[in-house]
Amino acid sequence: MRRRPLRNERLIFEHNRERRARGRYELPPLDVPAVDAGSVLPEEQVREPLADLPDLGELDVVQHFHRLSQMNFAVDEGLYPLGSCTMKYNPRVNEVAARLGGFTALHPLQPASQVQGALRVMWELDQVLKTITGMDGVTLQPAAGAHGELAGMLMIRKALEARGEHREEVLIPDSAHGTNPASATFAGFEAVEIASGPDGTVDMEALDRMMTDRVAGIMLTVPNTLGVFEPRIVEIAELVHGRGGLVYMDGANLNAFLGKALPGAMGADALHINLHKTFSTPHGGGGPGAGAVAVSRGLVPHLPVPRVIRDGDAFEILWDDPASIGPMRGFYANFLILVRALTYIWGLGAEGLAETAEVAVLYANLVRHRLTSAYHLEYDAPSLHEVVFDDAFQRAHGVTNVDISKRLLDYGFHPPTMSFPLIVHGALMIEPTESPAPEEVEAFCEAMLAIAREAEESPELLHEAPHETPVRRVDEVEAARHPTLRWEPSEKS
Amino acid sequence: MHRWIGGGPSDRRAILSELGKDSIDQLFETIPAGVRAGDLDLPAPMDETTLLTRLEGLAAENVSLDVMPSFLGAGVYRHVEPAVVDAVLQRAEFFTSYTPYQPEISQGTLQAIFEYQTIISRLAGLDVANASLYDGATAVVEAALMAHRVLKGTRNRVVVSEAVHPMYRRVLATYTSALGIEVVTVPAGEDGRSDAQRLADAAGDEACCIVVQSPNFLGAVEDLSAVAGAAHGRGALAVHVVAEAASLGILKGGGAHGFDIVCGEAQAFGIPAGFGGPHLGFFATRTKLVRQMPGRLVGQTVDAEGQRAFCLTLATREQHIRRAKATSNICSNHGLMLLAAVVWLELLGGKGLAELARANLARAEDLKRQIRALGGGWKLAYPDTPTFNEFLVLGPANGTKLQQALLDRGVLGGVPSRLWGGSWPDGLLVAVTERTTKDDVAALIDAMEKIS
Ligand SMILES: Cc1ncc(COP(=O)(O)O)c(C=O)c1O
Repeated sequence: MRRRPLRNERLIFEHNRERRARGRYELPPLDVPAVDAGSVLPEEQVREPLADLPDLGELDVVQHFHRLSQMNFAVDEGLYPLGSCTMKYNPRVNEVAARLGGFTALHPLQPASQVQGALRVMWELDQVLKTITGMDGVTLQPAAGAHGELAGMLMIRKALEARGEHREEVLIPDSAHGTNPASATFAGFEAVEIASGPDGTVDMEALDRMMTDRVAGIMLTVPNTLGVFEPRIVEIAELVHGRGGLVYMDGANLNAFLGKALPGAMGADALHINLHKTFSTPHGGGGPGAGAVAVSRGLVPHLPVPRVIRDGDAFEILWDDPASIGPMRGFYANFLILVRALTYIWGLGAEGLAETAEVAVLYANLVRHRLTSAYHLEYDAPSLHEVVFDDAFQRAHGVTNVDISKRLLDYGFHPPTMSFPLIVHGALMIEPTESPAPEEVEAFCEAMLAIAREAEESPELLHEAPHETPVRRVDEVEAARHPTLRWEPSEKS
Repeated sequence: MHRWIGGGPSDRRAILSELGKDSIDQLFETIPAGVRAGDLDLPAPMDETTLLTRLEGLAAENVSLDVMPSFLGAGVYRHVEPAVVDAVLQRAEFFTSYTPYQPEISQGTLQAIFEYQTIISRLAGLDVANASLYDGATAVVEAALMAHRVLKGTRNRVVVSEAVHPMYRRVLATYTSALGIEVVTVPAGEDGRSDAQRLADAAGDEACCIVVQSPNFLGAVEDLSAVAGAAHGRGALAVHVVAEAASLGILKGGGAHGFDIVCGEAQAFGIPAGFGGPHLGFFATRTKLVRQMPGRLVGQTVDAEGQRAFCLTLATREQHIRRAKATSNICSNHGLMLLAAVVWLELLGGKGLAELARANLARAEDLKRQIRALGGGWKLAYPDTPTFNEFLVLGPANGTKLQQALLDRGVLGGVPSRLWGGSWPDGLLVAVTERTTKDDVAALIDAMEKIS
């Protein structure tokens, strides 16, 4: 990112240091008698106004956030090939739809007769997600993928309990995203790592050995985090089901096979879908997303409540259901995110969804093809929507994946994912998505090739990168060594 | 060729020929035939105009809060929505970016989070706040599970006041039932407030925490010092839940009364009701407990030239490093809602927030006064209990019937207090905010007068 902000931006607490009274946001006039707080509230609980937050005029605040925004890279800036995160374009019509007053100004406890349109949005999304996954039931409650994983694993626990079984372990490939083992733990299971085979896919012999009657099931990412489709997916599911286990699928990578394949046919019992990845709802600088979970027939009775049910032409909320795992969150869902996802799916239709997967996979293969001579590929099975290179060639010159990524910032691109899969040392997980024009994908490849040359010829350029960004390389070690997690007034100077 | 997809047919052919492939289908050959999808049965693709007309139609089937006086609260409150908040949220630099893993190109998001952490920790009366959780209910769960970890898993009981939002308690039950953690619920007293002694008795020596909400589900402001004392007296952590964050403009956060964790729902800070989400879970604790804290944290540091900079920190607590032993499984959080909150708070300023909270208090007291004067079976359930902007009203019928009767007269009069059960009286929870107008109140009082 070549642009630097025109100015550095102070912390808000450093504005208006004299704390002068200035015109600030006005509230509606108080047309009832003011009350003395101490006379109606416990006196020892009444606080003074926060002194650190200054009075600022509207433009001050707008400029503050405008300047801050100038220091961010975003999808709208350029290619953001952050593997596993599916940083596709966020259609603007989604934003318009999610801001309609009939959706935003709705209280979740209004009577059902007043919220039929909202309930219908949820019901429609439920239907299309069942169609897209080929599964029997859906919960829209989870607020993110990890939350969906937990919901799915709790349903699996409940289904086993209903059979009178207590199985303690869950098998999770060593290539899995960190949320998989974490979610298994929070669902009360012991996460047991299963080593990937030499080609990065599930090792059938290991699975055969480990899939005992202590095992509740397996958590599989499809395609896996290398972007590779498990070729024996059906056998895996049969083996697990045959021994009384259930199959959880991490659908974070659904973009790879939208409209092309059905998790239901693969034997999935539960599968979360990151609406903020596959279905274009914005990533929001960290969230909110939504992590709907589709389930097989056997798990339908255990879906979380509350949920929307249809009665003829009317929709209602079902609050209690005896076999349900119960609610996963407050109210029903990240509703305004669901509105965006439904808008997107309706905009694309069936053809558009399949085309999405096609171009996403095509672009990933283009990147793979262009970069193979310059970057090492630990696992060379065919790629779907993403490709995972690593820094093995560059390490010979003392250059790591972090250096490569920081240099990429100078070229105006967001770096690939580096934190996983753990089975690839120095990973560079690249997912271009279907959204950009081919020229943008090619320009990214050119930058990666240029960086590979720089790594050989002038590695210090990479060690010192980035050079062109709003701040230079940030000292993350120092941040962790001496945590400063908020501003303190004593720093005023 | 769809407008949201980058390459056209000739681009695709060119790429395929570079790859030495004849068709796109060849790229999907690794997917076994048996799991392939046929043509999906979905509506035909829509152009933008048609699409928006369809969504507008659905939105129009709802009755927006703009067209009817509303006194609904119970965890979702309608406060002022300054235009600036959504204008900032619509900046693509914020909403089309992701978790700020690359600090050099994410200082905007990181600094906004740092400012949010500063403000929230101050409001909570504690040292450190995280960079958001999903919502109030999951924040309460995270607090209980953190207390369980802090006490090394040796204390398997969570004691929770029944006056904590019933929906939050239900979510807590969903999570704890899988982990073998016992939840003991203690009913509130005759005045709608939790009894510290009964909480302490329920805790015994086995509780990892005592959880109260204040203002609680019934609107009552709890005796926080007594509860913190009760928890600590039993060797448990004290958790203060806040479901109406605007109350923090006038009431000290639990940290000031000795609480170890203050957490809950911050939807009040500039986030639309939105039919229940996305909202904003907040979470604050003490420095000495930070390593057991869930969620992301931003810290201040320097860049290679010594300039102040911010980055994500203490990540060894998190799932991407600690995996099965992480302090939470959360990954994507509610970052953009956090941004809404920090813009809203900075726009109001410290004094503005206090003024807003005082306006809520004043309007609530005014409405309470009018209800006291009503007669006809209408009365306050807890006339002498301190409240902020919500309180329990009893009338000539049960809560559900009252709600319907008021609705028939054009007013969303409140939330039935027994919607989720509870051992308290069956009435209506009535909430006001600074947006409640004189006309709204007149409409409510008028409708109440006609129902008796
Ligand atoms: C493979 C995989 N699984 C799960 C997740 C978790 O999803 P979320 O961040 O929405 O909780 C991610 C997200 O980063 C992921 O890449």
